[in-house]
This record gives sequence, structure tokens and C-alpha cells, in this order.
Amino acid sequence: MPSVKIPRKSTFVDMTPFVDVAFLILTFFIMATKFKPEEPVEIKTPNSVSTKELPESDAIQVMFDSSGRVFFSVLSENDPKAKYEVIKHINDSRSLGLTEAEMKNFVRTPAVGVPFSGLKQLLAIPQEDQKNFKQPGVPLDTLGGELYYWIRDAVGTFTGKKLQFLIKGDNNAKYPAFKQVLTAFKKNEIFKFQMITMLEDAPAGSELAILRNREKAASK
Amino acid sequence: MASIDEGGGGGHKKGPGVKKAKKLSTRVDMTPMVDLGFLLITFFIFTTTMSSPTTMQLFMPKDSKDEDQNKAKESGALTIMLGKNNVVYIYRGQLLPDASNLHTTTFKGVRDSILQMKKDVINAHVHDAGCTKIQEEARLGNSKVNPPILPDPNWKNACLDKDLVIVIKPDEEATYKNTIDILDEMAINAIKRYAMVDLFQVEKDLIKKIEVGN
Repeated sequence: MPSVKIPRKSTFVDMTPFVDVAFLILTFFIMATKFKPEEPVEIKTPNSVSTKELPESDAIQVMFDSSGRVFFSVLSENDPKAKYEVIKHINDSRSLGLTEAEMKNFVRTPAVGVPFSGLKQLLAIPQEDQKNFKQPGVPLDTLGGELYYWIRDAVGTFTGKKLQFLIKGDNNAKYPAFKQVLTAFKKNEIFKFQMITMLEDAPAGSELAILRNREKAASK
Repeated sequence: MASIDEGGGGGHKKGPGVKKAKKLSTRVDMTPMVDLGFLLITFFIFTTTMSSPTTMQLFMPKDSKDEDQNKAKESGALTIMLGKNNVVYIYRGQLLPDASNLHTTTFKGVRDSILQMKKDVINAHVHDAGCTKIQEEARLGNSKVNPPILPDPNWKNACLDKDLVIVIKPDEEATYKNTIDILDEMAINAIKRYAMVDLFQVEKDLIKKIEVGN
């Protein structure tokens, strides 16, 4: 009896739909996400129902992590020169003796968290290697500490522009750290802040949810 | 028909020396392309963030020395103290010397307390001249500010809770998250007047005593 021949099937699988899916997902990620801003510390911000969007330019951002270390940064996407002016101002007012190259390096540095005495040392390190440098945080006390001077000089540089003040704190940071940051701002006669949070929905049935629904209906 | 017959030449047979051109497969191996695609996806997942952060507004009062700051009506004051381990202590009006009006709750329970307080304040409301002004503002709304305040259809109720003042007092052991959560609670429950101040020494001692007792 002749044996039944099983036709040999090709093992070649058509990958084309797979490619389609992969690139579709890729497109989604490119469209829906934003690059993470470089930061020297990881900060997990709390949630809030606030919907106001984060400004990217003309803002001063003070961050504090869970151990209370404070970092200072200037956000000036539109005008990189503004950041240079800030460090120049601080260099002059605190006579830090920074070189031109070090001041240029500050412009590339996402945030600084060192006392004035350690600033020269930090800025001598190229920006790419700064993450290996353990930053102790800007010194703070109940009177504002060195953060007061950072804010004062930055505000002085931005005169004539509408400057916003951002505070970004970690979930597990203790209240005194927050309070000291507020003090440093208040000493500069700044009383209006924006705290960076992650959006969450207003709980259903609450007054805010009712108000939001009304606004939504009105805009339609 | 219109199709081109590749068999060619009207049944003409090729000679023995003429080799038939081998038909190459048009199939392309897509596997490396898949690899590349997923590699890029992985890269994007790691370097980007999904949600864009939002900001929450906070207005602090000036630290003024004079004590005639807008005194709150005792009947409408609710003090919320934030302690260690997400515990919330609340009391209405003044803290009694024996602390009998102090209640311990959590962040889940605090909303009910706030809403209950708001209800009680509204029930005890007495109309006065200041009230008419608030009603008028709510009725007209304000389109000049950004975001605009819409005219309130319930403008008659706008001033009912005007005596309600919530005082937030975070302890030294309270976390930043607690502070934001309670400020958020003000937004959720549409509390118009609230303030964030420091604890009195009496309250500090009291919280410490409760925490040690636990």
C-alpha cells in the first residue's frame, strides 16, 4: 500500500500584520506621550482634582523629595537666555566666582540642589554626569534659607514678565519641608503658588462634579 | 483576454539550452521589522510619560502681625488637624479644655464631616446685608476672569454657607500628600473660605498624647 504523503507545509509565517500592529502602537506612544523631563530626583506627586495645565515657560519650580531635599529650577523653554541671566544674577549677588563655562552648564542643568558653597563644584561636572553627584538639597530653615536668595534673584531677573511659581513635592515629604518652601516664597512677597499634581476625577455627586458638569453643558 | 500570457510564444517550445528564469518570491521576511518596531515601542515607553501633570492653585495670606484678621464666627468654624499616619482630627468651633469635641477620623471620613458641617451652617443661616451682595455676584457671574465664573442658577443659595470657615492645621508628622488631599477636599466640596495655619501648642500636645496612647 502506498503511504499517504503529507504535504510539507511552509514554516514561513507572514509577519506583515504584526508589523502593522507594532507600528500602530508605536504611533500611539509617540502621539500620546511626552518626554520625561530630566530631574535629579524622582518625585511622586499627589493627585488632585485640579485641571489647570502646567506652564512650561517663565516659571520657577521648587521641588522637594521624600527626605526633604529641596531643588531649585528655572523653566524657560521659550527663552534659554533667561536661565543664563538668572545664574549670572546669582553669581554677582552672592559672589560665587563661577566661570563662563560653569554658568553655561547651569543652563543645561535641569535642577540644582546644592548650597551656594557647593554650586561651583556641581557646575564643574558636565551635565551628563551630574546624576552621579549626590545633591544634598538647597539649605532651608524657618526663615527661608538659601532658597530665599535663589527666588529673589530669579524674580529680579524676570522683571516685567508674568512669572509663575511651581511647587512639586513628593507624596511622602513631611509638612515642615513644604512649609519652609512656602516661607522662602512668602519672604519674597510671593503668595500665589501652583502645586504640581496628577489629575484625578472629581468624585461623583460632589459639588465640584456638579459644577464641572454644568460648565461642560455650558460650553457645548 | 487582456492578461499577458507569460507562457509565451504561442506554444513555442524553448530549446534545450535556454534556461527558464527562476521566479523569485516576492515575499519579504518581516521579522526584523517587527523587532525594530517593538524596540522603538520599548524605548518610548521608558522615556516618556503618559499623563501631563496639572497644577493646583494655592493662595497664602500675608503674615501680618496685627491680630484683627478676619475673625471667623465660632459657629461656622471647623478645624481639621492632620496627624501622623493619615489620621485626621477635627473639632467644631473652639477646642474645649477637656477636648471632648475632638473627633478622630480618616481621609475617607473627613468629607462626611465637612458636608455635615456645611449642612448645619446652612440650616443656621440668617440673612443679612452682606448676603445680598454675594447673591448678586453669583447671579451675574464673571466673564472677565479666566476661567470665567458662570452665572449660578442657584444664586439664592450662594451665600448660605458664608459663615463656614475651615481651618487646616497640618502637624509636623503630616505628609505633603495629606496636605494636598485636604486642600483638594476643599475644592471638591466647594468650600469658599479656608485657611492653612499652624497648630497651637495645646493642640500639638493633644495630638502627641493621642498618638502615644495608640
